[in-house]
Amino acid sequence: MAEVNTGDDGGGKKKHGKQRAKKSSTRIDMTPMVDLGFLLLTFFILTTTFNKPQAMEINMPIKDDKLQEKDKNKVPANHTLNILLTDKNVVYWYFGVADPAKALPSLTKTNYSKDGIRKVLIDENNKRHNAFTQIETWKKEASEGKMEEVEMKEKIKVFRETNKMSSLIVLLKPDKESNYKNIVDALDEMAICNIGSYALLESNDLENQMIANANTY
Amino acid sequence: MPKNSPSIDMTPMVDLAFLLVTFFMLISQFRAEEAAVVDMPSSVSDLKIPDKDLMMILVDKEDHIYFTITGQETRLKVLNKMGEKYKVVFNEEQQKEFSNMASFGIPMSQMKEYLSAGSTERKKMQEKSEGIPSDSTACELCDWVFYGRINAPTFRVAIKGDQQTSYPKIRRVMDVLQDKKVNRFNLITNMETGTAE
Repeated sequence: MAEVNTGDDGGGKKKHGKQRAKKSSTRIDMTPMVDLGFLLLTFFILTTTFNKPQAMEINMPIKDDKLQEKDKNKVPANHTLNILLTDKNVVYWYFGVADPAKALPSLTKTNYSKDGIRKVLIDENNKRHNAFTQIETWKKEASEGKMEEVEMKEKIKVFRETNKMSSLIVLLKPDKESNYKNIVDALDEMAICNIGSYALLESNDLENQMIANANTY
Repeated sequence: MPKNSPSIDMTPMVDLAFLLVTFFMLISQFRAEEAAVVDMPSSVSDLKIPDKDLMMILVDKEDHIYFTITGQETRLKVLNKMGEKYKVVFNEEQQKEFSNMASFGIPMSQMKEYLSAGSTERKKMQEKSEGIPSDSTACELCDWVFYGRINAPTFRVAIKGDQQTSYPKIRRVMDVLQDKKVNRFNLITNMETGTAE
């Protein structure tokens, strides 16, 4: 039974068996495993994206070519703020309607910063029933837990409905030079400034002309 | 002087490393590579976009249009409908390839070739391509939206545009959606604070 070393008769007693019986270390070299571990770790860290994209919802009006002129919603001109979006992040705004028969309203140039269009929007919104401050107060109360979310939404809805005809209406009119970022920024301002009614339209020829005029000055 | 062992006990470190590996493995979700790189604008909106039940139209900064819809079965149905309309017959392999694909921006005339091609070949085709045609004369995008809508009427519709995408193109996409009676849709944006991904 020389081939099978059962270990019973071998062991430390025999001198020539010493090498085999030497107590081998229980530690194994973990370096490759650790290398692999860290490689995977790095890979997963780099490929993981934490921030999920957000979305803003917009509702567009139903397109109906058969809509009669008299059925269309008429917007009160003195509450209408037109915002013209053009290239290089420039914004122009004017009140009312641009009528070719009358003197053209003058454009005011501004930008998307905090002191730019936002200031105008908040000021104008507050001029009408103090709308911005009022809605902001409700929103704050809801976020502090003093009011239910549902109640806050209902209050805003009622508030907007009662002041429907005399609240600020914003018409966003991007021209051909503007880009997608400008539109999102503008829509964002609507949300920030608590504007209840706004529409995404297209700038007409007259307004394009007004922009061109303003750019030459 | 006792000789200090140069090896230190790495067990806790390894434990931690594998814990992290497990964590990242579990939370990361793989998605097929998008056909277009889109740098989205940011907004304050806090609406989350769902992973499921979504029809998405991408517009990159060169104004090329891409389309995608979730769900393998839905994709198959939509592809076959499109094949019927444009007289393109897809074999089983191409159908399978399509149902596993992410967004695509290829006109129907090249779709067959695109689906049979390898991934590098595909990238080349995509680079050369002008995206899905959306002109009013040959509006393939309209048909994609239409059949997507028929097969999945409850799906949310989203537009994912690049910051540099020109307004007329976005307007065109919105017009297409409105024509197909999609009056409520989402614009996908990044969160305001985290500008860089």
